[in-house]
Amino acid sequence: MQSKVDIDWEQIDQIITRYESDKEALLMIMQDISDIYNFVPPEVVPVLAEKLGVRKSHIFSVATFYKTISLVPRGKYIVHVCTGTACHVRGAEKVMDALKAEFKAQEGETTVDGLFTLEGVRCIGCCASGPVMTVNKETHGGLDRSSALKVIENYRNLSS
Amino acid sequence: MAKLQNREALEDLRNSLQAKSQKGHRLISLCAGSGCGAYGTAKVHGMLLDELARHNLQDAVRVKLTGCHGFCEKGPIMVIHPEGIFYPQVTPEKVPEIVEKTLIGQQLVDKLVYKDPVTRKKISHESEIPFYKLQKRIIFGNNGLIDPTSIEDYIAVGGYAALAKALFDLTPQNILSEVKKSGLRGRGGGGFPTGIKWESCRRHEGQRYVICNADEGDPGAYMDRSLLEGNPHSVIEGMIIGAIAIGSNDGYVYVRHEYPLAVTNLTTALQNARRFGLLGDNILGSGFDFDIRISRGGGAFVCGESTALMASLEGKPGRPRAKYVHTVEKGFREGPSNLNNVETWANVPVIINRGSGWYAGIGTEKSKGTKIFSLVGKVVNTGLVEVPMGTTLRQIIFDIGGGIPKKKQFKAVQTGGPSGGCIPEQFLDLPVDFDELSKVGSIMGSGGMIVMDQDTCMVDVARYFVDFLKDESCGQCNPCREGLKNMLDILTDICQGRGREGDIELLEELGMMMQKFSLCGLGTSAPNPVLTNILYFRHEYEAHIRDKKCPAGICKPLFHYEIDAEACTGCHVCFQKCPQEAVAGDKKKPHRIHQDKCIKCGICYDGCKFDAIKIC
Repeated sequence: MQSKVDIDWEQIDQIITRYESDKEALLMIMQDISDIYNFVPPEVVPVLAEKLGVRKSHIFSVATFYKTISLVPRGKYIVHVCTGTACHVRGAEKVMDALKAEFKAQEGETTVDGLFTLEGVRCIGCCASGPVMTVNKETHGGLDRSSALKVIENYRNLSS
Repeated sequence: MAKLQNREALEDLRNSLQAKSQKGHRLISLCAGSGCGAYGTAKVHGMLLDELARHNLQDAVRVKLTGCHGFCEKGPIMVIHPEGIFYPQVTPEKVPEIVEKTLIGQQLVDKLVYKDPVTRKKISHESEIPFYKLQKRIIFGNNGLIDPTSIEDYIAVGGYAALAKALFDLTPQNILSEVKKSGLRGRGGGGFPTGIKWESCRRHEGQRYVICNADEGDPGAYMDRSLLEGNPHSVIEGMIIGAIAIGSNDGYVYVRHEYPLAVTNLTTALQNARRFGLLGDNILGSGFDFDIRISRGGGAFVCGESTALMASLEGKPGRPRAKYVHTVEKGFREGPSNLNNVETWANVPVIINRGSGWYAGIGTEKSKGTKIFSLVGKVVNTGLVEVPMGTTLRQIIFDIGGGIPKKKQFKAVQTGGPSGGCIPEQFLDLPVDFDELSKVGSIMGSGGMIVMDQDTCMVDVARYFVDFLKDESCGQCNPCREGLKNMLDILTDICQGRGREGDIELLEELGMMMQKFSLCGLGTSAPNPVLTNILYFRHEYEAHIRDKKCPAGICKPLFHYEIDAEACTGCHVCFQKCPQEAVAGDKKKPHRIHQDKCIKCGICYDGCKFDAIKIC
């Protein structure tokens, strides 16, 4: 499988070395790779298999078990709308519906321009500030339809 | 800073830090927990530093970014010491006036002072606010006083004194005995007596592991997050003491991926602890070695289950195994492993410092100590609440929580996360502890308390939990995998108007099957939300199935909004707010809704001040 991404193999090596090539750290290694590329490029898998001494099937097993790992490209901004119970009770679904309409995408999908990926997450831990969403590593709380859309607009402007 | 070579060096450092803390000196504590962070603390902090510099006060006034204060509804929170003046909901725009009037002018900014929503009285000092006053914050209290990235702050408030006691004054057997006598039970939801768990682990030979479960998967619960972010050293200290008692040199903290600030603050805390000789080889010159590594989760709720967590720690998919052999005998890497929750670990230094007798004096007969609850949902004062075990639901939700906002009716409180149930009004005077709530079909769980009002549809709540659990099921065993899928199909049908006679009985049958035959706790407790809902709110299920109606106005195919012409004042607000232009009417005349245009978004219903929009 080939993704259309330029991979910095030295960086990948550094990540693996940081975890001492420990196969127990496989999930964290993939997360660190994902922090750079927003997903785990499939061509990295055989390299990981060799350096960590595990089978490729094991790596696919771990990558597909954990929600935070994606083997397909995701948008520049990953929008996680919290759909935990406290946010749900305060109207998180309305925020999610507004974003689905704005992005013309369902949960798990990326906008056509590759800018935003919309995902639901079951609890970010800001339960008293709900409804909450994170965009990459930034958290935004106390949202409703219009404030959520404003947040997205700001990121769009940052990009243009 | 050189390593502390012995206990005396630690005490000398503590004394000098306490002397230096200059009581009476101005200190501003800004809550930097994730909740306030989401409301914008960083910008407030920036503005505060600018304003202090502008007035040349940057040396006279210290600003500390602290851990979560707990009163999350009112964030970003600022407390000015030494008086303890409390300013809620601080924005960058309010900062210049606070600096000018309060810091320089020594006066309160009246319009910014906290107003109790129930009594409408203004309360300027933190200690007088009912939300805080009625709590007993023996575990959480230090969060608002310390900078979590500073080990010196933790030492200054008494940190690591319990560790010194455990290393030099007590034997491992003494420690085990103290923890057993204290009556401490696991705070993650299981409630197993901690001292007995430690003792069992110690009995098994091999390389033993001490693990902290910081996966905190229950949606709506964030106590562990705030403890790890705000006071990571309390957890580290607890783990080292546990390791001494159990006989282990290797510790792990498994933190869920969704808590990046907790990982950062814990990493800093571990580095600081090593630097000071409180972690690593030869701790405080005692000859005892122990270190802790952090492992991050991958977004899987099931990894909160102990065997799944340990599989995940080993770099494998987090699939639970049947517990014929307990993890204290064979767990992580097949070695004896002791797993405890974050809050459980944070209780340990308190018990060692103040004694099991003191600790056992708090709480009920079988549930000792305090519990931190995450009080969220439809409640006035949302936040983290720490109270003695045995406090009633009513006291937590109404006295501390301030009751239901917007004058709505209390309907139920959901406790115990996806393993728990919804408790209706008639049980509000139940004391909360490990055993009482199970008498009415729920559990205390890890401490999530989600308050629901009249606008919550209980069938939708059941559907919501089953939807969550179906996604999170590891899929290994039939009862859970197939049971949840089928329960979801039935509940979705009910919510969309396709419910049939016999559906309720079928849900009950599926539920009982899953409770008996699932492989792990996720499956066996998954039916709890559904079964308790049916028990207490059967009439709502029947309305959905027989009348095809959703009385709470949530399941869109089963209700519509109508404007009551007699209550409507023609204020025109719904007309202006409706995104679909579905409201018609002239100002000061009764309005009406065009049903064919209405998408039931609820904006008009939420916005009407005259209760004129009805759910039909």
